[in-house]
Amino acid sequence: MDPLFNDGVDLAIVLIVVFKVVLTFAFLMVAVMFMVWFERKLISDMQNRIGPNRAGPWGLLQTLADGIKLFFKEDSKPDQADLTVFKLAPYLSLVPAFLTFAIVPVAGNFMDGGDGTIELFGHTTYAQLADPPIGILLALAMSSVAVYGVMLAGWSSGSKYPLLGSVRASAQMVSYEAALGLSVATIVLLAGSLSTHTIVSEQTNYQWNLWAAGFVPFVLFLIAATAELNRPPFDLVEAEQELVGGFHTEYSSIRFALFFLAEFMNTVTMSAIIVTLFFGGPAGPILVGPEWLWPPIWFFTKLGVFLFVFVWFRATLPRFRYDQLMDLGWKLLIPLALGWLLLIGAFRIARDQDWNLALVLAIAVVVLLVAASLLNGAIAAARRRREETETEAFS
Amino acid sequence: MAGDPFDYVRGFAVTFKKLFEDRLTDQYPKEKAPIALRRHGRHVLNRYEDGMEKCIGCELCAGVCPARCIYVRGADNPPDDPVSPGERWGFVYEINYLRCIHCDLCVEACPTEAITESKLFEFSFTNRQDAIYTRSELLVGDDGKPQKLPWEDWRPGDDDHTSAWMRATAPAGDADYVGRVAWAGELGYGVRPPEEGQLAAQAGIRGDDVEAVEDRDLHAAGVEEGHQ
Repeated sequence: MDPLFNDGVDLAIVLIVVFKVVLTFAFLMVAVMFMVWFERKLISDMQNRIGPNRAGPWGLLQTLADGIKLFFKEDSKPDQADLTVFKLAPYLSLVPAFLTFAIVPVAGNFMDGGDGTIELFGHTTYAQLADPPIGILLALAMSSVAVYGVMLAGWSSGSKYPLLGSVRASAQMVSYEAALGLSVATIVLLAGSLSTHTIVSEQTNYQWNLWAAGFVPFVLFLIAATAELNRPPFDLVEAEQELVGGFHTEYSSIRFALFFLAEFMNTVTMSAIIVTLFFGGPAGPILVGPEWLWPPIWFFTKLGVFLFVFVWFRATLPRFRYDQLMDLGWKLLIPLALGWLLLIGAFRIARDQDWNLALVLAIAVVVLLVAASLLNGAIAAARRRREETETEAFS
Repeated sequence: MAGDPFDYVRGFAVTFKKLFEDRLTDQYPKEKAPIALRRHGRHVLNRYEDGMEKCIGCELCAGVCPARCIYVRGADNPPDDPVSPGERWGFVYEINYLRCIHCDLCVEACPTEAITESKLFEFSFTNRQDAIYTRSELLVGDDGKPQKLPWEDWRPGDDDHTSAWMRATAPAGDADYVGRVAWAGELGYGVRPPEEGQLAAQAGIRGDDVEAVEDRDLHAAGVEEGHQ
């Protein structure tokens, strides 16, 4: 628990919490503004274009201009829409994006036994909005709630393409949440705690989960997170060529802006979660200058790297076909995540019980290989049977 | 998942390399691409050195126009105050720039070099009426240069070589020059200098001008012929 609340709660502590809330909110809004600019600029750089350069220096204020434009547009509501749900949906995707960031530690010295606290107005506290006992589960829960935003938006529009988009969205997000959850479970197993603060402090001195968990959970998490964010190459939800705009086709004006905001905020938040889970959060060497200065710098540097990676994905990879998406999710990512979770679990037990590690590894590899070949056999058999029935149907 | 697994990595390398490549984009309104020597732009109606209009209202331009954007009507010159040196003058001359494709056929059809094209292409309208340029807008001013109308964005060089790109067979209706290739003297631009490799005499520059032009050519050999 946050040491802020150790001596009971008085007005000063409430004010500190309010201050943190406002700070987090402001940070996210500004981050989204620059993320949209960053994405547009970077992707145009990768496509030999120039990108926004009219509003402000280097087009930095482009997002602001777009936001103001959207704000003054007509807010059209379709005749067939279920208005209550239609109006609710944008907030259902926006609020989870905000809430997830609350559990991300952005500062505090975690190096060399540092406890990751900062001094704020004479009180010692964690540099994160909240450190609830359920910790990282909040992120998973919120990404599940975000599905409702997309799903209800498409459903309540009373229109074909949004409905198709939202059906795709819910199927995709539910599928990839399994892989996402399983790779998070690996990290939780390693850290022995759900609290993001503990997860970060377990990774001090470069014991990053990236290698502690053996790269695979990170790769799985990155792929599943991209799918969860509906970002390319998993942007089937709003595939322009197929579905007009997907679930937000019927949205205009500020409601559309909210979806846009949520999408980019989710990107920022998910990058922050990746940094927290796999890259030691704000941990990094304290160089010259005050001690409190460096952790946020490391955090934002790591964050920036992942924002870059997400844009890089978008610039490089073509969109998946829907069956490829489902194949990748169910037949590769989930079995792999499950297998890796069991492997890590076996190692934890072996370490605690002083078993022979080499023997455990050998047995684990054999078991996993058998399981993999069984799975492959099952998939091949299913495909064979399907092809037979299809041939019958057409003969 | 067939194929070389490193192909994925190569794909990422391709997009990453693009970050450091030069951009081909011109920052258009700020920087402009070089204007071609003979770009076809907004038309002008030229006048002779004595201020007379060249247009004789023959409607050949209107006839040849593939976009049918030119409307001309000729009338007899008032005997006491003629507008053009010949018998007739074009008292209505309209070009609809919503239709004009700048093919330059009107310029080629014109027997008197009355109509030529400047290089100006940056003009815009907010209604259809404004897109129709009338005689009073197309006609060159008293200095012999195209009128720079308030909604047009003239840049230096836009009116270079506007004048007399055509070879007139009967300049100024001078009987001595019927059937000879010659340049017509023109208000503002005067007589066009010969092109590269072309002798002044061959170019049909008349009488006294020949010496002056050849003199200048010796000085400005190789230099582009942009005389104002």
